[in-house]
Amino acid sequence: MTAINSSFPASSASVLEARALTCIRGERELFSGLDLQVFAGQCLHIRGENGVGKTSLLRLLTGLTSPESGEVLWSGHSIKEEASEYHNKLLFLGHRDALKEDLSAIENLRLYAAIDGITLSEQDAFASLWRFGLKGREDLPVNCLSAGQKKRVLMARMLTRGAQVWILDEPFNALDTHAVQELQDLIAEHLRGNGLVVLTSHQPLAIPGLRVLDL
Amino acid sequence: MNAFIAIVHRDLLLVMRRKSEVLTALFFFVIVTSLFPLGIGADTALLRKIAPGVIWVAALLSTLLGLQRMFAADYADGTLEQLILSPNSFTALVFGKIFAHWLVCGLPLVLLAPVIGIQFDLDAQSLKVLMAALLLGTPVLSLLGSIGAALTLGVRGGSVLMSLLILPLYIPVLIFGAGAVYASSVGLDITGHFSLLGALFILALAFVPWVSANAVKIAIE
Repeated sequence: MTAINSSFPASSASVLEARALTCIRGERELFSGLDLQVFAGQCLHIRGENGVGKTSLLRLLTGLTSPESGEVLWSGHSIKEEASEYHNKLLFLGHRDALKEDLSAIENLRLYAAIDGITLSEQDAFASLWRFGLKGREDLPVNCLSAGQKKRVLMARMLTRGAQVWILDEPFNALDTHAVQELQDLIAEHLRGNGLVVLTSHQPLAIPGLRVLDL
Repeated sequence: MNAFIAIVHRDLLLVMRRKSEVLTALFFFVIVTSLFPLGIGADTALLRKIAPGVIWVAALLSTLLGLQRMFAADYADGTLEQLILSPNSFTALVFGKIFAHWLVCGLPLVLLAPVIGIQFDLDAQSLKVLMAALLLGTPVLSLLGSIGAALTLGVRGGSVLMSLLILPLYIPVLIFGAGAVYASSVGLDITGHFSLLGALFILALAFVPWVSANAVKIAIE
């Protein structure tokens, strides 16, 4: 294993904050007046029934959608106003994998490195894929991989992205028990390096520094 | 800039892996333009007269065939969300996609034009003007088309709606592009046509990437 994940500066300013968020989808109000704070080194586990607004909340936190009222702040600044700075620190994985089916795992990683504006050495890219058991499958088109293996490519992306804020929508879906453990280890490692994580999941998690929010 | 190159490279790579979609649009252009000389027969005077219009209309329609692909696949697999969340300017990334679309769907039309023009008995001077007009006009088609592709993202039956939205916007390009070739063939001055095509190109270049990027953001919300 290579130590690609660098630690982030331990400034008290690294906090993701939501103030009085209200979300309306269609005619229905999903939640209103929602406040939350996630500090560096913490993981927030959002739970709730299907359709309660978990994914909507995550999308609000990324800035992909705008709340009906309220605001989301990163380090005390509105993510709308300092979008580029926030996006620099953000990795969002939605429930669609956003991998190009016709490209290989390694090509997908390289592409995202260029889009995310990070320099990724060949060595690190391969090492990250090998860590998650994709040795020998680096050059296969992604459509030849199983759903779980695609998730492993995404785990390699989490490792190489170097983002401080991870927002993950159902990251444990389609993973076998071994991979679930690997992902929990990866998240724990990220938290130790001063990262912060917001995720949704229907299964109980064993991650140090975990807080739970029931919607 | 790196991200711009990466997105152009990626789109070209994806096209190389799945050639059929692009070849369909190019074959459409070749076939449609070849049907006219076959249907009308050997009346060279008539062919020369209709050539600019026919070739330009075929170019508009074949550009339209490729447009649906511009954002739809990235929308379906969630890549567009990742592009919006990139620290790089989303407008630059969208411009990269438009540029890749032109390289794949516009540039080949420019290169094919002389071969098509010979079927219509165009002289060398008209062929040159036709190529130059297409070179200046097809980027405008890709640019304007991206607005339609972005606005109809996620809409059911989007491709028909997109044609209705976009084809009227193509009319100025059609008029001045075909007009330049016609003017050249009857010996008139063509600088006016080219100036207007150039103006359309610059205007589209300045505003369209920004408009399309915002239309995509609205579709994602």
